Amino acid sequence: MTRQLRVNPIACSGHGLCAELLPELITLDEWGYPLLADQAVPARLTRQARRAVTDCPALALLLSDGS
Amino acid sequence: MSPVTASPRLAATAAGAAPAGATTRAPGNPAGSLLPRLLPPAGHPGGDLSAHLGRHGPLPYRGAPRLLIPDVRAAALTGRGGAAFPVHRKLAAVVAAPGRPIVVGNGAEGEPASDKDKTLLRAAPHLVLDGLQLAAEAVHADSAVLYVCCDPWVRQRLEGLIAERAARGLDHLPVSLVAAPARFLAGQESALVSRLSGGAALPAFTPPRVFESGVDGRPTLVQNVETLAHLALIARYGPGWFRAAGTPAEPGTMLCTLHQADGSAAVAEAFIGTPLASLLSLGAAQAVLVGGYHGAWIPAAQAAGLPLSNAALRPLGAFVGAGVLAALPADRCGLAETARVARYLALESAGQCGPCLNGLPRIAAALAQLAGPRPRPQVLAQLSRWAGLVEGRGACHHPDGTVRFVHSALRTFAPEIRRHQQGGCSAASDRPFLPVPAGPAAEADWS
Repeated sequence: MTRQLRVNPIACSGHGLCAELLPELITLDEWGYPLLADQAVPARLTRQARRAVTDCPALALLLSDGS
Repeated sequence: MSPVTASPRLAATAAGAAPAGATTRAPGNPAGSLLPRLLPPAGHPGGDLSAHLGRHGPLPYRGAPRLLIPDVRAAALTGRGGAAFPVHRKLAAVVAAPGRPIVVGNGAEGEPASDKDKTLLRAAPHLVLDGLQLAAEAVHADSAVLYVCCDPWVRQRLEGLIAERAARGLDHLPVSLVAAPARFLAGQESALVSRLSGGAALPAFTPPRVFESGVDGRPTLVQNVETLAHLALIARYGPGWFRAAGTPAEPGTMLCTLHQADGSAAVAEAFIGTPLASLLSLGAAQAVLVGGYHGAWIPAAQAAGLPLSNAALRPLGAFVGAGVLAALPADRCGLAETARVARYLALESAGQCGPCLNGLPRIAAALAQLAGPRPRPQVLAQLSRWAGLVEGRGACHHPDGTVRFVHSALRTFAPEIRRHQQGGCSAASDRPFLPVPAGPAAEADWS
């Protein structure tokens, strides 16, 4: 199953936690907002991706099952 | 509400040559497939119900939901609000969603350079109201709303027409009229839904899409008012009649707001596929803005060979959009015009999404720098970086549309950029050309 990360840009207020928890797939732009790698979440990173989603203080990071 | 600096008196006209075979007339339609279809012929009072019914006949209700959808599909009608989305697909999506739908006619027309929806609501309001009823029947809606621009005079008049139709028993559903704030994004679908649900007219994150969960969580059909007027004609005269105009891939006519290089402006109904050169006088123009402030600049020499169609414009990164066409006179600076509009677009950001909130003002400031003499050498690289950082990162398409507009300016006005880098500017006049509201809108203006 492919999983895809998405940001709700309205909810996101640029805490930047996601980029610390999942640096393999998320970097921050010059204003502190997340830039997502243009790829599905590989299986080996699923646990970290889930953690980034649940730990986002704004609940702005979403992990979909790619359907 | 902010006044518009260049608010020309707009005349409604028909433009464009009749396509082959256009003289066949649909029964009962005095206009046949000739122009104008939507706008009443010269001398007819817009808004007169008896004249409207005399010209087009009674509302052709189908008697049951869904029955109109195959006709709309066969007509290949697309949305005239800018996105050109196939109308039958929206209708089908709303019908398929669980819950009783609501239908909204979108006449917010927040684009300062566009006047076609206001013109249509003035000249042929009953076609719009017919279309609203017929769309409501097609999706089995139990509420109908007309969401229109702020002009209180227009709203007052529409209230009267809606009451007159109700008194004559024409409408199956009562229509409520809701005022749209004078903001660029007021007509964006999710902003409209938020406004009609009692909130501010601010875009929302999707999903859910409005056809699944829109106003008060109900399936919501949002159609531009011009789209509804076309739908009312298709319901009467059929898809074959509709397709007798336009191109096979993009049938029908569309309303355009034409800004000529001499400063005059008018709303015209044109066949899709009409040469741009027959709509605009390009002799005195250096470039054409196609599709409004989320649209694209094209050099006038290139525009002279292009038709009004997405098929022809798409390879150039341009779209017909909501039909705004502006011929920039040769004596103005395209960079100054672009910078002024970009500043307006930055101020019209809802400010909800970080990249748009941060990026658009920087892009606008960089363009202002580029519009002056001897811009800093790094300004082009900054523009390109910031454009990349905002694109695709908003909840709505405001950053994407702004970037499309800016990129097209950098391409079209490349020779002018070189002149500015050498300290020059080719413009003989610094008088603003494109209409932009005079002052920044207040925070409170979102509702």
